[in-house]
Amino acid sequence: MERSKKYMNPYLAGFLLGLVLLSAFYFTGRGLGASGAIKSTIVQAVDVVAPEHAQESHFYGKYVNKDDSPIKAWLVFEVLGVFIGGMISGAIMGRFKWKIEHSPKITSKTRLVAATIGGILFGLGSQLGRGCTSGSALSGMAVLSLGGFLSMMAIFGTGYVMAYIFRKLWI
Amino acid sequence: MGPLVAQDIIGSEWNFLIALLIGICFGFVLEQAGFSSSKKLAGVFYGYDFVVLRVFFTAAITAMVGLIFFDYLEIIDMSLVYINPTFLWSTLVGGVIMGVGFILGGFCPGTGVCAAAIGKIDAWFFIGGIFIGIFIFAEGYELLFESLHLGQTDPESYKEGSRYIQIFNSLGISRNIFAFGMIIMALVAFIVTARIEKGVKKPNY
Repeated sequence: MERSKKYMNPYLAGFLLGLVLLSAFYFTGRGLGASGAIKSTIVQAVDVVAPEHAQESHFYGKYVNKDDSPIKAWLVFEVLGVFIGGMISGAIMGRFKWKIEHSPKITSKTRLVAATIGGILFGLGSQLGRGCTSGSALSGMAVLSLGGFLSMMAIFGTGYVMAYIFRKLWI
Repeated sequence: MGPLVAQDIIGSEWNFLIALLIGICFGFVLEQAGFSSSKKLAGVFYGYDFVVLRVFFTAAITAMVGLIFFDYLEIIDMSLVYINPTFLWSTLVGGVIMGVGFILGGFCPGTGVCAAAIGKIDAWFFIGGIFIGIFIFAEGYELLFESLHLGQTDPESYKEGSRYIQIFNSLGISRNIFAFGMIIMALVAFIVTARIEKGVKKPNY
């Protein structure tokens, strides 16, 4: 039990994460990402299932029939890596376990509904905001993009504003 | 001089291996930091665990300082580095929507993938939600989101190339002064939040 709770020192973890981000910039000229990989998967799937629809759409149309497909696939491989890396760490630390983590004040079902709605909003917001916490806020801040800072402030600022309303989910 | 792949110094066949390796390191560090637990992540909003703030700011500052040094030592060509464009309203509205998603879901996309990897079923549902959310955005794009997304609501500010704004320019100070100020602000935040954390009871589950 004690072992499973042992997390890395947050400043060391942050420093290492910063080095990972820096190496992403050094190799590719772009930072890290997460939501972009899911977007690419959806674009590919729609292009296969309904190619005409994908061609006509202003959204899918931006991504299909472009020669820049390597950068899209790049993110898919990167996120696949995130999954593998998380698994390796979880396996080493003995933290792998099928479970629904939630506060005793709510049921598992409530947690799953909240997680799904949260995911829907995050997916939608990440497209409007041109990236999520990784691609827009973290990577954007590293290159000192104004958009990156605005994104970070909007995400976390809203989290604080809404925290009281949704406190039952967590505390 | 970097970025290597962008200049074809490294062949594209290595590109995906690099992506996978960087991703593995990314996921490994996230999990090590405890980002695979929504309870730990949500702590930043309730004051019982500020690990998100510590890791996030330390990472952003490390990469920022690293890029400044790489630029100075001519290890990287900053003109080839992607600067996220700034679309004021879509960034703010998108960020607000993501903020609500964060407090409801307890994850962001990257941490959700990491949590799913160690068996958190709620994280799988969260990722399923992301798929739905992006699909809704894609299908409703022309009807609902396009004008906001492209910033057509503020045509005054729309000029080609003017989107790649860096924050120190907006503030009218030099890059290095801004970077120094950001480090000081982060240090103050680390100290203040450590004090807050001591006074807040940690939920036990």
